[in-house]
Amino acid sequence: MKLAYAFPLAGLAVATAAQAETITVATVNNNDMVIMQSLTEAFEEAHPDIEVNWVVLEENVLRQRLTTDIATDGGQFDVMTIGTYEAPIWAERGWLVALDDLPEAYREDDLLKPVRDGLSHEGTLYALPFYAESSMLYYRTDLFEEAGIEMPEQPSWEEVREWAAELHDPDNQLAGICLRGKPGWGENMAFVSTLVNTFGGRWFDEEWNPELDSPAWQEAIAFYVDLLGNYGPPGASSNGFNENLALFSRGNCAMWVDATSAAGKLYNPAESQVADRLGFAPAPVAETPKGAHWLWSWALAIPASSEKQEAAQAFLTWATSQEYIELVGESEGWTSVPPGTRESTYENERYQEEAPFAGFVLDAINSADPTDSTLEPSPYVGVQFVGIPEFQSIGTQVGQTIASALTGDTSVEQALQSAQRATERTMQRAGY
Amino acid sequence: MSKTRASGRTVGGLRSLSLQAPAVTLLLLWMLVPLGMTVWFSLQRYNLLMPGMESFAGLENYEYLFTDPALWRAMGNTLLLVGSVLVITVGGGVLLAVLFQQEFPGRGIARVLAISPFFVMPTVSALVWKNMMMHPSNGVLAWLAGVFGLPAVDWFSSLPLTSIIIIVAWQWLPFALLILLTAMQSLDDDQVEAARMDGAGPIAVFFYITLPHLKRAISVVIMIEMIFLLTIFAEIYVTTSGGPGLATTNLAFLIYIQALLDFDVGLASAGGVVAIILANIVAIFLVRLVARNLES
Repeated sequence: MKLAYAFPLAGLAVATAAQAETITVATVNNNDMVIMQSLTEAFEEAHPDIEVNWVVLEENVLRQRLTTDIATDGGQFDVMTIGTYEAPIWAERGWLVALDDLPEAYREDDLLKPVRDGLSHEGTLYALPFYAESSMLYYRTDLFEEAGIEMPEQPSWEEVREWAAELHDPDNQLAGICLRGKPGWGENMAFVSTLVNTFGGRWFDEEWNPELDSPAWQEAIAFYVDLLGNYGPPGASSNGFNENLALFSRGNCAMWVDATSAAGKLYNPAESQVADRLGFAPAPVAETPKGAHWLWSWALAIPASSEKQEAAQAFLTWATSQEYIELVGESEGWTSVPPGTRESTYENERYQEEAPFAGFVLDAINSADPTDSTLEPSPYVGVQFVGIPEFQSIGTQVGQTIASALTGDTSVEQALQSAQRATERTMQRAGY
Repeated sequence: MSKTRASGRTVGGLRSLSLQAPAVTLLLLWMLVPLGMTVWFSLQRYNLLMPGMESFAGLENYEYLFTDPALWRAMGNTLLLVGSVLVITVGGGVLLAVLFQQEFPGRGIARVLAISPFFVMPTVSALVWKNMMMHPSNGVLAWLAGVFGLPAVDWFSSLPLTSIIIIVAWQWLPFALLILLTAMQSLDDDQVEAARMDGAGPIAVFFYITLPHLKRAISVVIMIEMIFLLTIFAEIYVTTSGGPGLATTNLAFLIYIQALLDFDVGLASAGGVVAIILANIVAIFLVRLVARNLES
């Protein structure tokens, strides 16, 4: 609590310089954002009256800081990096500035429709996508060839388990499959939710009753625990996206199901030892193809508490523009451009040439439907999350319980029962 | 007047009170305002994500807190963590203090090395233990196990609370050693020598002379460590994030989850109040114990 009161004070310390307006941009320490930070000069040259001040934080810490700042009207930041989950919820609360007067040159119609819809509330855009992602299956072509396995157009989870069992070789530091195990609604639960979706489960029924102890959840979690527990890398329960990216690019995993945004890094020989033997396929399915791959975007938004909204908007439109993407392509290489936001990126021949995954990723993003992601109808929006404010709390709790099932601390059945009870309590408290 | 000034009470009591008043008032404000706000928030239905929904909730937060199975697990973990670390540090500290009291070449350097873990920041030591010692594939312990042909232990998944206890004990053992070693140095050599001449062996000397001599120092170590160990946070945050499940969630971490992951100010404040009460209960017993020890 005290933290929340300390923020305005910290804001005072960053007193603005006299002439040039300084905007404070809060962002996450992912690779693409680090590139954005390094290109600040290009923006400042084009806008001599604006200076950019960066606050770069790890994802969880960023969420805490942003949420406390915006909820207490702190006004510390002028541009915030938020996701598909936050944008509509925060917009509904009046915390974000509506972006309904974007300049013609920004070409709003160039943004991919599912991504744009995900960042809108009642048809109005409240955040601009910086990059967007779906999920997919990465695999090592050399290992698959050696074992004589043919990757089908659409793999199923049952096949994935067979391959993982065959390729798993712990003596040579090779895991059959790497998956997220680190607890958190944005870590293991993002993946687990898609798995549950494709096993035919859902978070809530149409009356908002949690369904975490349903047979579909049981089946999906038992499958997950068996697959990752037996054929995963050691310490799987503490591996998140970044840890798995490191493992896969060092050649310690035969397969990996995760975000499409990892493709750029994995195909970059400077950063990945498996760049030349990398294969990819759609995220595996089980009972139903619905909701088997997620949809997420990191986007930039202006908090209503910002006093420099014009300058902030200038930055927003610059960092998410087509020119910015081209700038990154020219200076950092085309595999490094922020993917998944604009049609024009995918029409670009240079990008198509250097990023063999481009068309594939575009399809995955376009085919993910947050409004219809479960086999049976559900009342919520979101593929790998539930678009209600309580989900942060629920997802974190359930994530912890799933992690304890993964380590064998509790049985799958027990874990799901306690997850169900905890979710019921939270929903009851929230007045559903 | 000069006679009574030292105590400042008997003569001119009013005057000295008026001189003390500003400092006392400031201290009271410093303590009472945050405490009062915590209690006030704990009676509110107040979630940062639900602006405009704030309302008086009475004891609803407490009711919800006390029916939460996580609270009892967290309390159990807190006590287990504090208890185990105390046993390890006091037990180990006494033994090491006796050991480092002996004359041997390089004693000064050895003492400094033994005490140095205490000066490592908690987050840093947690990171070192997580990535360099206990990591199931890169860690020193995994390598050691491999030398003996044993399978590597995945510490933070299979023995989460034990791992945290090891890390925290590693940090606090030097503190106990430092205090106890200082106390050892005030032990009268003549006394030990006399006991020796009476035919007491090293074990008898330890139990009948050294240990009683260290009693006060031990109670001081227990009290100070208890105060700090009740609020262990960084080690848990860095290594296990309270998991898997609730295996390493202590009271401090539970409050953090409620306040900064769920943004439930009301519930977190209720948790804070419970933690204050728990700490006070522990403190009252300890202060009594220590005071008794120091008097006798």
